[in-house]
Amino acid sequence: MERIRNFSIIAHIDHGKSTLADRLIQHTGLVSDREFRDQLLDSMDLERERGITIKTQAIRLPYVSKSGEKYVLNLIDTPGHVDFSYEVSRALASCEGVLLLVDASQGVEAQTLANMYAAMEHDLEIIPVINKIDLPSADIDRVKEEIEIELGLDSDGAVLCSAKEGTGIEGVLDAIVERIPPPSGDSHNPLSALVFDAQYDPFRGAIISCRLFDGSVKAGDPIRFMSMGTVYKVEEVGIFHLERTESDALRAGEVGYIIAGIKTVSDTRIGDTVTNDIRPASEQLPGFKDVKPVVFSSIYPIDADDNTALSDALERYELNDAALVYQRDSSVALGQGYRCGFLGLLHMEIFQERLEREFGQAIVMTAPSVRYRFELESGETVVIDNPEYYPDPSHIKEAREPYIRAIIIFPERYLGAVMKLCLARRGENSRFSYPVSGRIELLFDMPLAEVVYDFYDKLKNITQGYGSFDYEMIDYRPSRLVKLDILVNGDKVDALSVIVHEERARSRSVEICERLKEEIPRHLFKVAIQGAIGGKIIARTNVSAMRKDVTAKCYGGDITRKRKLLEKQAKGKRRMKMVGQVMIPQSAFVSVLKTKDE
Amino acid sequence: MQERPPGLYLHVPFCASKCGYCDFYSVVRPGAVSRWLDAVSLESKIYKDMFPPFGTFYMGGGTPSLLDGPDLERLIKNIHETFTFEEGFEFTLEANPDDLTTEKLRVFEALGVNRLSIGVQSFDDSELRLLGRRHDAESAGKAVEAARRAGFGNIGIDLIYAIPGQTERSLRATLERALSFEPEHVSCYELTLEPEAPLARAIERGEAGKIDDDAGKNLFMTISDVLGGLGYIHYEVSNFARDEGLRSRHNSGYWDHGPYLGLGPSAHSFAAGVRWWNLDDVDSYCSKLNEGDVPVEGSESLSESQILLERLYFGFRTADGLPLDFFDSLPDGGKTLAELELASLVRIEENRVVPTLLGFLLSDRLPLLFSAD
Repeated sequence: MERIRNFSIIAHIDHGKSTLADRLIQHTGLVSDREFRDQLLDSMDLERERGITIKTQAIRLPYVSKSGEKYVLNLIDTPGHVDFSYEVSRALASCEGVLLLVDASQGVEAQTLANMYAAMEHDLEIIPVINKIDLPSADIDRVKEEIEIELGLDSDGAVLCSAKEGTGIEGVLDAIVERIPPPSGDSHNPLSALVFDAQYDPFRGAIISCRLFDGSVKAGDPIRFMSMGTVYKVEEVGIFHLERTESDALRAGEVGYIIAGIKTVSDTRIGDTVTNDIRPASEQLPGFKDVKPVVFSSIYPIDADDNTALSDALERYELNDAALVYQRDSSVALGQGYRCGFLGLLHMEIFQERLEREFGQAIVMTAPSVRYRFELESGETVVIDNPEYYPDPSHIKEAREPYIRAIIIFPERYLGAVMKLCLARRGENSRFSYPVSGRIELLFDMPLAEVVYDFYDKLKNITQGYGSFDYEMIDYRPSRLVKLDILVNGDKVDALSVIVHEERARSRSVEICERLKEEIPRHLFKVAIQGAIGGKIIARTNVSAMRKDVTAKCYGGDITRKRKLLEKQAKGKRRMKMVGQVMIPQSAFVSVLKTKDE
Repeated sequence: MQERPPGLYLHVPFCASKCGYCDFYSVVRPGAVSRWLDAVSLESKIYKDMFPPFGTFYMGGGTPSLLDGPDLERLIKNIHETFTFEEGFEFTLEANPDDLTTEKLRVFEALGVNRLSIGVQSFDDSELRLLGRRHDAESAGKAVEAARRAGFGNIGIDLIYAIPGQTERSLRATLERALSFEPEHVSCYELTLEPEAPLARAIERGEAGKIDDDAGKNLFMTISDVLGGLGYIHYEVSNFARDEGLRSRHNSGYWDHGPYLGLGPSAHSFAAGVRWWNLDDVDSYCSKLNEGDVPVEGSESLSESQILLERLYFGFRTADGLPLDFFDSLPDGGKTLAELELASLVRIEENRVVPTLLGFLLSDRLPLLFSAD
């Protein structure tokens, strides 16, 4: 155990986290240069494209120190988005130390600070690493000063490197070995292992990534997931090299995997404690939360004939995403579909993109909704995450919506803009502090519904990337809610209905009508788009009728080209949804999700 | 419909200059004519004896009237040596007004041309300049008169509308002038610009005005109104005939799915459900033939549903429309038809579905309403 180091790398976006991870892997000789592929850990295409890590992953690096001692370094890579902050916290709880990466020219940024707080919460050893020292704009002295002043860390201990050039990597490895404490714990105690990830394997089922704090586990052991209460027999344990590598046992302090005939990742919970069923630990490891979806949206296949294919795709998708929940749903406008629950908007976007790309499903997705509570005159309380089931307004005694506490950290020059954004999103009860000079930590109570609409994107935008955002659910608060319906030529498009705050209803409905006007193609007749609350029309616009669509010349040489065009148009039509006589393109449903630039 | 005799089309890919709006294939290369003539001769041999006598012969371009007398004589002689024609076949030649000299007209007549399609485009000088035409309004008028004097009894005047800057008034003036010659046929084409056409670029740069859909629609209505008022039959979106017998027989063949053979670069052919088309580059067209090869660039065998789609498309572009029972087999055919009738886009007359003027204006859209979902 003295030779084990469990650590994570935390960094502001683009400060070089994935590159450093790759370089460490390469340096320890786990892969040959020939096998080397950039950004090994971000294995999903989507991760590479967006430059963010979505899934937690671990890798075990063999390392021989200068004095010739063999070490085992476990690198646990964490996701980089607020939707997955719980997963990050479980990954950090599995470590004894972190590399806090700072860009040598950008210096300390908001996310650096937020990350450091997260690491401090878990009492981790923090090693500042100044990366990109090869850049002409690198200013090491200034960055060191920032580390001292803004982070309150000893900058003498900062390690310099250029992950891109591969310089200073040895120093980083030495610091890991010398400064991060080895894990404590006792292999003879009852098993106590923290689940920080689960991956699906088509042959083996769910593969649990965990950190052992006490005890040991080997094939044949009966194990119990303490919060789920489920019991399995271990089939295999092992460690993460680039591939899974079986080992005889996992012991206290180690990071590895357990395969135990668990069907899907939905049968597991991140943050759960694995113990021995016969000789159980007396208590669970702290910090477990049953993460619940907070954003809900319905999906429908573009082509109704694809319903079976979509259902199959969801089943397969779910195998590897425990956070996704879904159930059957149907819409008058869009037919049979599914109501899905997500951890946040990014989770939802990732779901949509992966479903289209990896599973080939063309879907229409409805506006996201949070979960509302209505107390009815009858005394009954109903919980609703789908506008479709909005209660009869005359029966509602009180409506409540979920509130969050937003924690926003940013350089003080953005205070005005951030305040404005939060107030526009119905933020209240604001307070702020200066954790370090020049930086503001702003707390706001805000309706969750206001946050799920691209709040994080807007925040990043107005703070030019320097704003970090985290939130926690606080409570449900009374609110004046209404259900806004959208009518297209008099037909209600139920998939476009949204529950909104009364004050926002008008502007929101004008916005949706205008967006639809841009998206719905001209028809042979005028198309009226209306926003309505109850029976009352509160916004209206038209798509005027098509006046002219005719080719001037159609002779021998024009026919084939023209027919091909018609065939293409007919195909495009199949990607539209018919509502009454009106064709609504998929993009129209997506467009209403976006709010206007503020 | 199958008993319709085939049509022969010959593409003459040469122009004296390129017009700023045209995207038909043509080149300004007088030196290449002789080589092209040889190639056409070779190409026609390939199809010798494959077609029954042709009912029509259409020389289009490009600018067929640009060919000089001896070249034309050689070409037509060769065509007659290779192919046979029905008695009294329609022989149309597209002509530029400034080519119509007395001598040229005499050659045309001698070679059997019995229908002239004259590219007047406009009788407004500023519009003609904008289009980049070589002639002016006066010389265009003189050309039509000369054709008449030379004895041509079937003259078509081709006009373009929706020219940047064109007004209802200038259009009416052009129509009035055109009709003063009592042409047997009038074609009015809405100006259509490919994005790369010089005039399209000029519009984009704001150097020429753009006629929007509403204005274009109004001009179209005016044309139909004026010509219809004088008894012309609006028998296809862009075509008007002074009486039934004066419709373009050749072009009507295209819209009836009749067979046709196209010779020359970029020409399309259609027979027995197969459509094929030639390379559109004069040099590669000629080289292929000189190497003993066919100059075909591509072909397609039309499926039943493709034929159906084309028939629908032609049906909504022509005054003859389609037989009512044609719609029986289409999904929701009757229901959609009823809606179109209600919207005054089609009329049902003697068991035929015929497009109205409003229907003509939406003829690119209507077939999509009947395509299977």
